[in-house]
Amino acid sequence: MSTTPILEVTNLRVEYHGDNRQVVAVNDVSFSIGEGEIFGLAGESGCGKSTVANAIMRLLKDPAEITGGQIRFRGRDLLAMRGEELRRFRWKEIAMIFQSAMNSLNPVMTIGSQMVDIFTTHEGLSVKQARSRSAELLRLVSIDPVRLDSYPHQLSGGMRQRAVIAMALALEPSLLIMDEPTTALDVVVQQEIMAQISDLQRQLGFSVLFITHDMSLMVELSHRMAVMHSGRLVEMADAELMFASPLHPYTLSLMNAFPPLTGPRVRLTGLSDSVRATDGTSGSCSFHVACPPDRANCSGNIPDLREVQPGRFVAEHPRTSIEGTAA
Amino acid sequence: MTTDTGQRRPSTAPIDDVSVRVRGLTKDFPLGGLFSRRSMRAVDNVDFDIPRGTIVALVGESGSGKSTVARALARLERPTAGSIVVGGRDVLKTEKSAASRRYRGTVQMVFQDPFGSLNPAHRVEHFLERPLRIHGKARSRQEVRRRSAELMRTVGLTEDMLDSYPHELSGGQRQRVSIARALAVDPEIILADEPTSMLDVSVRIGILNLMARLRDERGISMLFITHDLASARYVADTTLVMFAGALVEGGESLELMKNPSHPYTQLLLSAVPDPARTVRYDPHQRALLRRAVLAPTACPWQGPDCSATVPVRHTIGPDHWVRCHLYAPQVSAAANPLLTDSDAQPDLDSAPDLDVAPAPTRKATR
Ligand SMILES: Nc1ncnc2c1ncn2[C@@H]1O[C@H](COP(=O)(O)OP(=O)(O)OP(=O)(O)O)[C@@H](O)[C@H]1O
Ligand SMILES: Nc1ncnc2c1ncn2[C@@H]1O[C@H](COP(=O)(O)OP(=O)(O)OP(=O)(O)O)[C@@H](O)[C@H]1O
Ligand code: SF4
Ligand code: SF4
Ligand SMILES: [Mg+2]
Ligand SMILES: [Mg+2]
Repeated sequence: MSTTPILEVTNLRVEYHGDNRQVVAVNDVSFSIGEGEIFGLAGESGCGKSTVANAIMRLLKDPAEITGGQIRFRGRDLLAMRGEELRRFRWKEIAMIFQSAMNSLNPVMTIGSQMVDIFTTHEGLSVKQARSRSAELLRLVSIDPVRLDSYPHQLSGGMRQRAVIAMALALEPSLLIMDEPTTALDVVVQQEIMAQISDLQRQLGFSVLFITHDMSLMVELSHRMAVMHSGRLVEMADAELMFASPLHPYTLSLMNAFPPLTGPRVRLTGLSDSVRATDGTSGSCSFHVACPPDRANCSGNIPDLREVQPGRFVAEHPRTSIEGTAA
Repeated sequence: MTTDTGQRRPSTAPIDDVSVRVRGLTKDFPLGGLFSRRSMRAVDNVDFDIPRGTIVALVGESGSGKSTVARALARLERPTAGSIVVGGRDVLKTEKSAASRRYRGTVQMVFQDPFGSLNPAHRVEHFLERPLRIHGKARSRQEVRRRSAELMRTVGLTEDMLDSYPHELSGGQRQRVSIARALAVDPEIILADEPTSMLDVSVRIGILNLMARLRDERGISMLFITHDLASARYVADTTLVMFAGALVEGGESLELMKNPSHPYTQLLLSAVPDPARTVRYDPHQRALLRRAVLAPTACPWQGPDCSATVPVRHTIGPDHWVRCHLYAPQVSAAANPLLTDSDAQPDLDSAPDLDVAPAPTRKATR
């Protein structure tokens, strides 16, 4: 993995000024993604993951406002790009599979003509060439090319999601953002497609920002990952290391809360049952009830990430009782 | 949590104990453009019951017809054939053209796509207010607001979000609004199509516990479509497995996941992501295997080909059945080495690297 980042997000802050709800959706978030790196972003529902992705894609619209920070793509200031520059950059340099993928296809065009359009406008292919490239891409995501002639409503939820994955891959972008790309896929197809994406990623060397709530999938696929909570990053490290020994209580809860696939049925308590009263956008930490005693003196505001070991970051207050890590 | 689903076989249960009875449900869709004559069978002769006050999970392949089954039950799709009996009434006969209000008050659906199913022009409150008023659950302005706020809290959202538009909500928040909307009319039956797919695990457990509570305290029956087998096992009394338009296996959830028997069920369970997996799967092998299972003549389990004769249900446990010729009682030992030699591997070039033993673990009974 190369050390020069393809993407650098520094102290990003995004606020929504709705009529009725003011939300600081992303609060002083920093991370970077290396060339050829798969970077995972996990976190609870509503914590700001899609907002981060939309900020990178420059797709945030009123009432959203980037009120602080920088985003650099290969050194270029992404937030300063305008007009034509921005258009060329989107899709060709950075492509995104939206969380709303199932709903983001044009309902009155067949899958085939939507795919053909991408190749004819961006790559100048002939319709015939474009069609055969489209068929190839559909096969890649396990869809029978006869579906080129189907309209979106004629496909199942998972097939639509796969068609969108195929389209995002079409132009071989340098950075691929996947926002919950597999929510409608069964695990067999999911594994197959994720393996295809990893293979392509190894071949072509693109980078990936992978957003999912599925920690197991994330750990299997990502090199490094970060966990987000209430608009802030609370932990960032090598994916397998974090999985093996999570440091932040919230990360721990994400790892441990799975219902098991073997053994007796045990009743689990979701955080929403008791600990967390709100939707997790308060900006302050709604997690403190579950904190271990040595962090109980925290104010409830999530602190900045601190590097506690090389490459290992966690948002923790200096501890009163120090074990292993320096305060 | 109760693990009891009742030992009743679906086909023999008295109709009074059954909320939904589906028989022979079949749906054909035209394939291709407007003038195409080709069609495809999305749902093929599906039979199942949802016993009163139970949760039945429907899992299976993407594109196998799960949403179509739910949409047919919600009367959004007209089946090509089959019957749907709800509350003892054969609804396709008694309410021929469209579902009555009473039906819509009884059966509610949570749609798979939270981005496509909430009208962007309305605030969240509208989605709750409408059903509350239409079905007479709340009348005055204040009562509507109070009930709506309560519904929001039930799904882990805050009251101030009632005034938000769908585009102002995150994916998981919209999903929970859809759940709240279905709960608003106090239905007896909920058809939930991937209701928790965009929720992180802690919020998801909260929703699953809510589903269990609705079942246990209010006797609500549910069809729960999910790709998350752990969720199905956690909350569903019975799990049904769908593959290529047909139900291929069904049983009490714990039993089914302990002894997955149909080739597809085994494949499915073996693919559950697990970073702690010791034997790393080879995805290409799995892809081959999946294609092989799809093509009956190449089925790696080497039973008599199921494209030649459609397998019938074979009972393999007190509350567990499977549709695969391997479990047919008349299969001779010679024709099926797997039944006599449990160490034998299916004769496939890319031998399945399954964490779940590919061979049936026991002989078919009966
Ligand atoms: N246009 C908007 N106006 C006001 N608030 C918004 C808007 N868009 C998003 N929000 C709020 O910002 C917060 C972050 O939303 P975001 O979509 O980034 O969450 P997420 O982490 O992607 O969650 P999920 O996993 O549920 O998709 C949420 O609380 C959401 O309600
Ligand atoms: N309106 C329609 N017209 C034509 N074909 C359709 C239509 N709706 C669904 N189909 C087809 O029927 C099959 C089953 O679709 P369905 O949506 O029921 O699958 P599913 O099991 O819910 O899949 P997923 O898990 O991906 O959502 C698919 O092959 C799909 O393309
Ligand atoms: S230590 Fe403070 S910021 Fe960290 S999880 Fe606990 S309450 Fe939240
Ligand atoms: S009946 Fe035969 S071909 Fe069909 S799934 Fe069973 S073993 Fe495979
Ligand atoms: Mg999101
Ligand atoms: Mg579906």
